[in-house]
Amino acid sequence: MTAISDRDQLSYIAAQAADARVNVELETEGMTLNIGPQHPATHGTLRIVAKLDGEQVIAADPIMGYMHRGYEKLAEVRTYPQVTTLINRIDWVGSFANEVPFVLAAEKLMEVEAPPRAAWIRTILFEMSRIANISLFLGDMGLQVGAVTPAFFAFRDREHVLNQIEAATGGRFHPNFDRIGGLKDDLPAGWITETKRAMKKMRNFCDEIEGLLQGNEIFEARCRGIGVIPADVGLSYGLSGANIRASGVDWDTRRDNPCGLVHNELDWKVWTHPDGDSFARFWVRLQEVRESTKMVDQLCDGLPSGPVMAKVPRIIKVPAGEAYVETENPLGVMGYYVVSKGDLTPYRVKIRSASFNNISITPWLLKGVYVPDIVTILGSLYFILGDIDR
Amino acid sequence: MTDVAILGELAYWQQTGIRVGAGLAAVLLVAGTLVYLHLFKLVSFMQSRLGPMEAGPFGSLQLLAEVGKFLQKEDIFPRKADRFVFAAAPFVVLMSTFLLVVVVPGGPDAWFINSEIGIYLAMAVSSVSVIGILMAGWGSASKYSLLGGLRATGQLIAYELPLILAVIGVVIQAETMNMQAIVRAQAEGEIFGWDGLGNPYILTQFVAFAIFMIAMQAELTQTPFDMPIAESELVTGYMTEYSGMRFLLFFIGEFATAGVFSAIASVLFLGGWWAPIPGLDFDDNIWNLLGPLVMVTKVVILTFLIFWFRFTFPRFREDQLQGLAWKFLIPLSLVNIAVTAVFKLAF
Amino acid sequence: MGLVPGLIKGLGVTGGTMLRTIFPDPKKPIPNPVKGAETVQYPHEKEAPPTRARGVIALHEENCTACMLCARECPDWCIYIEGHKEKAPPRRAGGKPRQVNALDRFDIDFALCMYCGICVEVCPFEALFWSPEYEFSEPRIADLLHDKSRLAEWMETVPEFEPYEAGSEAKVKKVPPT
Repeated sequence: MTAISDRDQLSYIAAQAADARVNVELETEGMTLNIGPQHPATHGTLRIVAKLDGEQVIAADPIMGYMHRGYEKLAEVRTYPQVTTLINRIDWVGSFANEVPFVLAAEKLMEVEAPPRAAWIRTILFEMSRIANISLFLGDMGLQVGAVTPAFFAFRDREHVLNQIEAATGGRFHPNFDRIGGLKDDLPAGWITETKRAMKKMRNFCDEIEGLLQGNEIFEARCRGIGVIPADVGLSYGLSGANIRASGVDWDTRRDNPCGLVHNELDWKVWTHPDGDSFARFWVRLQEVRESTKMVDQLCDGLPSGPVMAKVPRIIKVPAGEAYVETENPLGVMGYYVVSKGDLTPYRVKIRSASFNNISITPWLLKGVYVPDIVTILGSLYFILGDIDR
Repeated sequence: MTDVAILGELAYWQQTGIRVGAGLAAVLLVAGTLVYLHLFKLVSFMQSRLGPMEAGPFGSLQLLAEVGKFLQKEDIFPRKADRFVFAAAPFVVLMSTFLLVVVVPGGPDAWFINSEIGIYLAMAVSSVSVIGILMAGWGSASKYSLLGGLRATGQLIAYELPLILAVIGVVIQAETMNMQAIVRAQAEGEIFGWDGLGNPYILTQFVAFAIFMIAMQAELTQTPFDMPIAESELVTGYMTEYSGMRFLLFFIGEFATAGVFSAIASVLFLGGWWAPIPGLDFDDNIWNLLGPLVMVTKVVILTFLIFWFRFTFPRFREDQLQGLAWKFLIPLSLVNIAVTAVFKLAF
Repeated sequence: MGLVPGLIKGLGVTGGTMLRTIFPDPKKPIPNPVKGAETVQYPHEKEAPPTRARGVIALHEENCTACMLCARECPDWCIYIEGHKEKAPPRRAGGKPRQVNALDRFDIDFALCMYCGICVEVCPFEALFWSPEYEFSEPRIADLLHDKSRLAEWMETVPEFEPYEAGSEAKVKKVPPT
């Protein structure tokens, strides 16, 4: 975990300046490359219009909205249990984590608290969705820089986590398990032992990725010093999650602002990295997956007994008011601002999704980088299109 | 065995027929075997999966099915494409492979040409594929293909030099450029006086072998040097606009070239078609049957290395790639030549 | 740029995986990649989904009273129910005939269904159940509308509810016998 040497940074800047000088001397015209909505590199339908000069980017503009599904408007005509089925699909890889802030906001308005067993199981599933999401990132980062094998390992080992989520909730990708007041159902017998076994396999996977990608000299040459985000710039653009922690900012909503989840009763650590480059973002996420597996083990050991559902009426009518709850989702900070007028349906739901803010930094970040670095940087920022467009 | 005697009595057209058939088999059958064994099977095992299993027992006929699929596809020409250049590019690339295979000997009498400048001819001809790739990149009338083609040109030209310089070390040690004579020199050589294994040049020219393998990986545009293809950025680089049979020609060309380059590497470094089987003389007739089998084994081993690297490592960026060639491989190969020359003089 | 150990380690990881796939049993050096691979050869062998997997919805018609709650709560409005009231014989001799809801039509359009489970959860009479069956794809979309009889057939595939983890206070529900 060394900082990029000044010499490396200076030589990269010198190479870019030399290229820019040549481009000016030869007076080549810029070429507009449309890294279009259909492309293997962008994780979904993101369009980036890049003006290139040779292999250098002069300007890059992300154009989102190709997957806008109108969730905020749809939520105005759906009852609260039906909204839960919708918002599962926002960040479709970190499935359960989407439901949590919404349900917590509704519980805040109803002044209902979920029983402790429900809060612990919620935290277990929350951390497992983080593991499923970030392990996909670890494999996918390899794919972006050219190594195909880590992606296969990621999908192979993620299956164990998804099987556990399916055994408890019935759905691998869209669990639809959180309810206002608690959870839909309790855990089946034998789930805790199987989950611990799955966590051990995930730790093996992290070790494999460390050997295959993180220690790889080619990977380091591709990622160190690329896409450096200084901490103040990142904060001003609203970056959150591992992206800002990789720039040295020690901010984690799970520890600083927990609401309804039981992270404060566990023994865990927030990982940061001083560099702020793509390698740092990869490194921080790898450590976070390991930390999450340890957290799930602690949670499984300390699960209290009791009911999983508080006393809530059958037909849920949330009293009038407004509430905003943020949680540390796998992609960053996700928040729901729920305004209710006392009806069966919310009056307005504003979704603060992490990826929308995360890619707002791309025009600033992609100025002057080489074309292959666009892919590395976008891969390391890690967004899911459903999260950007909702 | 009366193979040679028969060959001497055949009419000219019959000999030509056999040579053309053998050439096609050497390129296409080898490419097919490599695709099945390495691309479908061994790489799948590296990724904890089984690869194609349905077409034929254990998926052995998958390549045949793929050929059939490609043959019946529509031949698409982009509207703005330069038709002649676009159509001719895959043939140029495949032509360089066939030209390369003529210098590789398969046995004491099983060769296509036995030229005194064998390896020199091979190196000269291997540059022809660069033109084919540039034609593909330019003729596709697409920015992605153009980027891929230009990257390819820079990369292939840069890595030609370490390839050739690595070979010079072997030529100095063997004192000849004739491929058959290089095989003989290794077969009849000695390691510190012991002639049980002959003297495969990989033992003394290990630096040149490493440089040759790295340069070969770059010449084949395989990861970690596959910037021209760079699937996550350029879709398939210079091959993006190709469909159907033309794409198949590129695909087969890639694997056939891998096989042929490995064959050249095994001739130069691993002893070619000769194996230390006790009781057999160098000029025995049986080598005409065994030689090709030994060659295929060595080719399979070397291509396994190529594909192992391909599926494990991420790819270099273009400037890092060029830096590796110009600043590291070329000086290293020059040092290797100097050291070889000194050793040749002294011992 | 002369550091090589990381590259060798990467090769070791892939090489090791390859060897583990070809020789799954560390004690016997017999190549058996079919057993060593982590993938399942789908049409020939099938993985059993967990008991709670949301595959298809089954209807136990005797419990259904056509109360329309499931059709109302469905986010996709994919349940079509028609019923009528009829007079059923009295429960005891000498009583008056009672009004019962009879079910005419109960269709679920699985092409629209989100598999969210709200209908199963909301049913007050426990007439709907989840079944882990997933192989019901059809060449025509219209055939994905399962009518009453087909939904009743799915009841045979509904597994028994599993017991809960230690420390749970929930009671295990029962699937009615068909």
